[in-house]
Amino acid sequence: MKEWTFIAILLIVSAMLPTVPIMGGRLLGPRKPNEQKSSTYECGVETVGDTWVQFKVQYYIFALVFLVFDIELVFLYPWAVAYNRLPLFGVIAGVVFIITLAEALIYAWRKGALEWL
Amino acid sequence: MNLPTLESINLAASLPVLILAGWACLLTAIDLFISPERKHWTAWLAVLGLLASGVALGFEAVAYSQRGAVSAFGDMAVVDGFALFLQGVFLLSAFLGILLALNYLPRHNIERGEYYTLLLFTTSGMMLMAMAADLIVVFLALELLSLPLYVLSGFAHPRLDSEEAAMKYFLLGAFASGFLVYGIALTYGGAGTTLLSGVVEALVGGGPAPNPVLAIVGMGLILVGLGFKVAAVPFHMWTPDVYQGAPTPVTAFMSVGAKAGGFAALLRVFLIAFPATGDTWGVVIAIIAALTMILGNVVAISQSNVKRMLAYSSIAHAGYVLVAVAAARYPEVEPLAVSAAVFYLLTYAVTNLGAFAIVIALERDDGTGVEVEDFAGLAKTRPWLAIAMTLFMLSLTGIPPSAGMVGKFFVFQAAVQASVGDPLILTVTIIGVLTSVISAFYYLRIPVMMYFRDGEGQANVQPALGVALALTALATFLLGVVPAPFLQMARHALLTLAG
Repeated sequence: MKEWTFIAILLIVSAMLPTVPIMGGRLLGPRKPNEQKSSTYECGVETVGDTWVQFKVQYYIFALVFLVFDIELVFLYPWAVAYNRLPLFGVIAGVVFIITLAEALIYAWRKGALEWL
Repeated sequence: MNLPTLESINLAASLPVLILAGWACLLTAIDLFISPERKHWTAWLAVLGLLASGVALGFEAVAYSQRGAVSAFGDMAVVDGFALFLQGVFLLSAFLGILLALNYLPRHNIERGEYYTLLLFTTSGMMLMAMAADLIVVFLALELLSLPLYVLSGFAHPRLDSEEAAMKYFLLGAFASGFLVYGIALTYGGAGTTLLSGVVEALVGGGPAPNPVLAIVGMGLILVGLGFKVAAVPFHMWTPDVYQGAPTPVTAFMSVGAKAGGFAALLRVFLIAFPATGDTWGVVIAIIAALTMILGNVVAISQSNVKRMLAYSSIAHAGYVLVAVAAARYPEVEPLAVSAAVFYLLTYAVTNLGAFAIVIALERDDGTGVEVEDFAGLAKTRPWLAIAMTLFMLSLTGIPPSAGMVGKFFVFQAAVQASVGDPLILTVTIIGVLTSVISAFYYLRIPVMMYFRDGEGQANVQPALGVALALTALATFLLGVVPAPFLQMARHALLTLAG
């Protein structure tokens, strides 16, 4: 039974993490609403016109292609740092990884995802 | 630093998976240079890859019969009879999945080479799943299995129901993967390792300060994640919409492959890593099995769309396999129950792929023509199709002479053996038999439509589809009449703790 306390503590703490700041702010903070404060939160420049506009799907494809480089960076940096201590296996694994990612780039290229239409 | 060496990886043992995954990568690149009118070349190249993998699998099987199970990737994967048998089932399903799509894709104007490469990727994921002996590999294989399937279910892209299917499947699938990862994390926290053989040691005792409760909670979350993949009842919501919306060859392959992949992981994880907590999960899985069989079979009755009906039928069949999983927790029943489960998956694979092949033959180019009424009068216009469909429906119900009957017989045999001194399993077995009777109502409605109702009964059987139909019908019949050689193979499909 004692072990279950850990689960209970975990559940309670994880439920408290979001509720305590929100409820605390609501209970303790002074409330002086005005028009500016109660408007929907938006950062940056104020919007012009309707916000329900269609975005070019190409932004999304660019984000996907960026992922190729992103992942490459995340894994290749530690690989490069430890390079001179790696056995042959580590080198082969890294090369296979680079080839696989390069293929993804070639795929995107051939499919015309890199052309801005 | 303790890095693996080339020797500890034992590449030869995992050659079937590596060939398939490597060929899928290569084929993705090759396909870029195949002109759009010649996409069937990609299909045949994909079949070539499956053949090569099949040959490697054959060599593995011969080697296995001589030296027994071996481990690969430093004990993170194990090649045993269980893995080899299921890998054979996956390769067969993938081959049939390609045959089903060969004429379907151009007819529906969605022919893209990616279908075949994605099919190879998901098949390699399933094959990896069958040999996963580490929770991380289970997760890796599950993602490799799922991600291509998400894309494939949206393959009929401009069609809205296909896009809806892909979206639903992706969102709910990602959610289920989250459960699985969290379960793995908690199991790791409780047992101190992700190796299945290490988890069992930690739970039985003797490991450094194991925390069994964390591992039990983790086990529950893993059950949720895998239950989603096999479409067991509280986690089945996605199945009807996805099966109905996805292009029919994808549905056919998904209903067979993803389910068998999920069960491969479920059987191995629960029987190898958690035998010590069998009292806990045995009860849960038995109840889930009962609910799955009842809901799947009862809701299927009210379906008029055949794809949707087969979706509920696939939920129901997951329930029958779960009965075998629940029975397998008793060590003396385990060999029988495991071989019953994998044999059931084989019979379900050939039967369901055949039934979907008929649906593909009836489906019109705009995706309609898959209602039960569309089968009316098929016996007059297409007598052979009608005979084949009757055979598949008999097999899904479990009436001889068909594969389904033998499969169900062995599942229930294992369950009855396990039910000695376990009233819950006995109840679940009785529910299983009763729901089989219920299922006859909706399965046999289709033969009734074909033989006793007048109608036009249009069908369009193109060569590749005809071959697939002939193969599945023959397999369904043979497995029902002379099951002995295949049963013999299934008997060797035993789970081994890392080799």
